[in-house]
Amino acid sequence: MSDSQLSILTNGQAVRLGAIPVLAFDRFRQAILDGVAAGQRVSALFGHATLQSELTQLYVVMADDEQNLLYAGRTEIQGDQFPSLTPDCPQVHLFEREIAEQFGLKPIGHPWLKPVRYHRSQTGRDAWGRSLDQPIQPAVGDFFRVEGDEVHEVAVGPVHAGIIEPGHFRFQCHGEQVFHLEIALGFQHRGVEQAMVGGPDNRSIHYAQTLAGDTTIAHTTAYCQLLEALARCQKTARAQMLRGVALELERLANHVGDLGALANDVGFLPTASYCGRIRGDYLNMTALLCGNRFGRGMIRPGGVGFDIDAARASELLRRLEKAEKETAIAINLLWETPSVMARFENTGLLPREIAVQLGIVGPAARASGLVRDIRQDQPSGIFRFSNLLGSTCETGDVFGRAFVRWLEIQQSIKFIREQVATIPDGLPLVSIGALAPESFAVTLDEGWRGEVCHVAITDPHGRFARYKIVDPSFHNWPALAYVLRGQEISDFPLCNKSFNLSYCGHDL
Amino acid sequence: MLKVTLARLRQGHHTFKYPDGPPPQLPDRFLGRPTIDAAQCPADCNACVRACPTSAITVKDNQPVIDMGKCLFCADCAKACPQQTIKFSDNYCLAARRRQELLVADNQAARRCDVAMDKNLKKLFGRSLKLRQVSAGGCNACEADTNVLNTLAWDLGRFGIQFVASPRHADGLLITGPVTQNMLLALKKTYDAIPEPRIVIAVGACAVSGGPYIDHEQANNGTDAVVPVDLYIPGCPPHPLTILDGLIRFLGRSDAKAIKS
Repeated sequence: MSDSQLSILTNGQAVRLGAIPVLAFDRFRQAILDGVAAGQRVSALFGHATLQSELTQLYVVMADDEQNLLYAGRTEIQGDQFPSLTPDCPQVHLFEREIAEQFGLKPIGHPWLKPVRYHRSQTGRDAWGRSLDQPIQPAVGDFFRVEGDEVHEVAVGPVHAGIIEPGHFRFQCHGEQVFHLEIALGFQHRGVEQAMVGGPDNRSIHYAQTLAGDTTIAHTTAYCQLLEALARCQKTARAQMLRGVALELERLANHVGDLGALANDVGFLPTASYCGRIRGDYLNMTALLCGNRFGRGMIRPGGVGFDIDAARASELLRRLEKAEKETAIAINLLWETPSVMARFENTGLLPREIAVQLGIVGPAARASGLVRDIRQDQPSGIFRFSNLLGSTCETGDVFGRAFVRWLEIQQSIKFIREQVATIPDGLPLVSIGALAPESFAVTLDEGWRGEVCHVAITDPHGRFARYKIVDPSFHNWPALAYVLRGQEISDFPLCNKSFNLSYCGHDL
Repeated sequence: MLKVTLARLRQGHHTFKYPDGPPPQLPDRFLGRPTIDAAQCPADCNACVRACPTSAITVKDNQPVIDMGKCLFCADCAKACPQQTIKFSDNYCLAARRRQELLVADNQAARRCDVAMDKNLKKLFGRSLKLRQVSAGGCNACEADTNVLNTLAWDLGRFGIQFVASPRHADGLLITGPVTQNMLLALKKTYDAIPEPRIVIAVGACAVSGGPYIDHEQANNGTDAVVPVDLYIPGCPPHPLTILDGLIRFLGRSDAKAIKS
């Protein structure tokens, strides 16, 4: 890379804010485009208000999976617009829309500039020129439409038929075939990023825990890692290991649940019912550690909230072994049943090149053959010392996304078994001091849906001046919209479940 | 087919006997109903008040009161307390008909509220309650632990309770989430579409009070601001057993009695 460059960081590192170079916009833009051309990904691109109302900073964090490094940089935008990067770099499309919505900065040339979460900007500006007395109605606006005599539009949500989070899906259909799907979210916008400013306080960790309630461990780990980076706090090996076990248990419960849900969506009730029960067994393993099925209270700044003794460890291993056998029986039925495979195979195809262009992460990316996993590419905590094999598939279809989950289930069980067999000595929790002032820190971890990214900027008092959260769903929702093209609308639930993205993780 | 049959045989039978038998075992670290031993409370301490992330604790005349409706069951109060005044028991029966019944000031671990619906509603819904679920900004944990009630171990259907796809088919709403501004209209419209008589159940700290999102301008501090609530089930998220206990006692079933068909 040439010198106009971005700062080099590693996952879980804090640097002085002054060390992040302020680049002229053209150099900032070029650094991003060069990085993506060299195979890097944009993990975060976000705005930050300055003391002057006409001046907004834009920050970028890029991930270089080959080199296991992160690159960070910033630029300053004067006024209310900037040239959009999206036409040359599709994977920033939603980040730019978010910047427009949060700061009222219009990315000129953005091909689809619509709001993301349907809320007022932090500044007095509105990128769509809406006046303050005009209420903002979620998801209301122009949708991409296909005109024609036999074309019809199907609108679903926000309230969905099952027990599930809200979102709006607008299909352009011709008979059963979907020409185009547009997804409009924002119904669960709770204002978490704004609420984090001024923290950490006694509510901050609870925001991290409930950002995406089924991803408590991954998001809380990212939040705590940021605090630890900013406070230069060294966790014990024991704490790192317990955090890793909790993360993998979270992955297990969700993957098993997803495979059951996929079976349910194709009407294959055996696997659907067994997995529904077995998922509960994994959740109860998390509860064995900390009393709560979703891991609330498990991850604390400085380590973990609950220790494990020999008796608890052997109980965990006993339950894991039983669940492993039952999971294998339930899931192998899927691959051996022709009617299930006929629905899974070649449905919801996400080609590799599209996954690269859109910046897809997690099992969905791995199912399209992309080798990207934070546990290998940007390892932190126990994953620096312990290796899980990467799980990929080449097909990019619903089968691929299901099969990758099955491979990951097997890897996670193996990992937990190895870790719990040799628990290092030490304290589960160490105390954590004050956060460094005027600093910048990034952490990433591999949640079960993919890369979780938290970025914090502290003020002169060591309080959060900006807190940016990127849930893997923020990257991946467009992949669902993409795969529905040319699919039958009856395959929508199956495609949706094959990604199983978080609405609230996207909406914050 | 043979493989499927063999798999079925190996999976065995997992549906809980509860309430006709003991409830499924809760984890030993489970945090249920809080208990307050006010005699232990040092004068002018307020450590618990400061520790609580949602201001669920108030102290008056050295008497702490925990509002379970705001409580996230995080036990930060118990950790901050120098005297062991506050503890969390294994009592999972947390549901209440009235909001003020969620206030805890006593030391009675085994306490629970009477939550049975009135006789007229029981005649209509006691053996068949169809619910429409609306996630009004929930984080998906309450939704997941409600969804799990439909799986075979819990098997909600055997109590006549079923989740339906449309408010037109429903007898009531089960609401999760703090009621974000962006879901306000959708929630109101769904409620309005349910034929009367209808009931509303608020599940989880967010739906009861706003939970972690109390006083956020993007949310409405829970369901009370929007629709009248008939049953409150606190927790973050409430354990499926807490939700199930609340639902079946709401229908007038008690723990000890068997279903009469």
